[in-house]
Amino acid sequence: MPDAPEPEPRRVRSERGGPVLVDGPVEVVLDDGTAVVSHRPVVAVCSCRRSRIYPWCDTSHRRKPRRRTADRSQEAP
Amino acid sequence: MTAPPLCAAPPLPKARGEVSAAVLDRLTAHPRTRTGPMTVPVPEDPYGDDLQLSLYLLYELHYRGFEGVDDRLEWDPDLLRLRAALEERFLAALRDGVPRGGGAEEELAALMDAPPDGKGSVSHHLLRQGELWQLREYAALRSLYHLKEADPHLWVVPRLRGRAKAGMVSVEYDEFGAGRAEEIHARLYADLLDDLRLTSAYGAYLDAAPAEMLAIVTMMSLFGLHRSRRGALVGHFAAVEVTSSPASARMADALRRCGAGEAAQRFYDEHVEADAVHEQLVRHEVVAGLLADEPQLEGDVVFGIRATGLLEGRLADLLLASWQAGHGVLRTS
Repeated sequence: MPDAPEPEPRRVRSERGGPVLVDGPVEVVLDDGTAVVSHRPVVAVCSCRRSRIYPWCDTSHRRKPRRRTADRSQEAP
Repeated sequence: MTAPPLCAAPPLPKARGEVSAAVLDRLTAHPRTRTGPMTVPVPEDPYGDDLQLSLYLLYELHYRGFEGVDDRLEWDPDLLRLRAALEERFLAALRDGVPRGGGAEEELAALMDAPPDGKGSVSHHLLRQGELWQLREYAALRSLYHLKEADPHLWVVPRLRGRAKAGMVSVEYDEFGAGRAEEIHARLYADLLDDLRLTSAYGAYLDAAPAEMLAIVTMMSLFGLHRSRRGALVGHFAAVEVTSSPASARMADALRRCGAGEAAQRFYDEHVEADAVHEQLVRHEVVAGLLADEPQLEGDVVFGIRATGLLEGRLADLLLASWQAGHGVLRTS
């Protein structure tokens, strides 16, 4: 059998308090043993366990209003 | 069901004043009669219908053009000269409308602090007490951007390098379906429109959209088309990606509550997940990468973030005041 080329190392990045970014596709095995798959080119895996779409990040780690009260933020993607 | 003609050039809209009428005349004139400088004055109101529609028309020549309009007018010097004068007025208003100073990282961090009461926010309103007609109206308005979602931002790519470029392309690749035509975000939005029994034809709601919506799209085109505005484009894009995920979650829930179909919910559900990734890439790769390369652009990045907040705030004010008064904002012709 010819030597298989060494696979590219998978890049993982993480932000303090935020999700872990992994180059996709990614399969995550949940606590109950079931597996879910994301085919995104880059996947944000939730690390705070507050996400409503766990195991994927939905930015719920942010929910700690710090200073501003009325932010004129955008309303659409 | 047959796919709507996403790629067809839209029909020209109706004029909203002297300047937009002159632009429409020039776009439809016979080649022999359409030479010479345009002598119309720049409209006084930078946010008004006439100026915003004129800019929208001129920018659209760079996207899909219009039915019956010569494609070569995209680079017509007389139209470009008028466009530059309109851009100058619009940019001056945006500059006057936002504070200066401050850092990009802090500005984006502030955007991530969810407003606890959601006061002045369209998605909070729709989530709490939105009615189906309001969701449909909002979807029709937003179609001006979402049927060309991520297109204006692609223009910045040749102006970036290194981390900023790789990060930007990574996000844009995802916006364009990561190689799958049926997953292109503009396609998902067309499905949302169909689901809500709206028309998903490109440009269908241009006549109906008030200037407050036009301005959001003209700002993106302005920032995207000028290399000198690359910092503002990146700031604008970052502001959208940073705020989109939680707002999309509210929109998806609002659509579910009002009984909208699966395709409508799908668009926003997709953005909850996608934009949580994009936010990370945009902040850590695109913004940080650009500012590592060109630290002198930080003021422009902050300007792009704030200008986006300013124009989104103007649209939100219009929508919430109108809905409060029990009527819609779509223009009828």
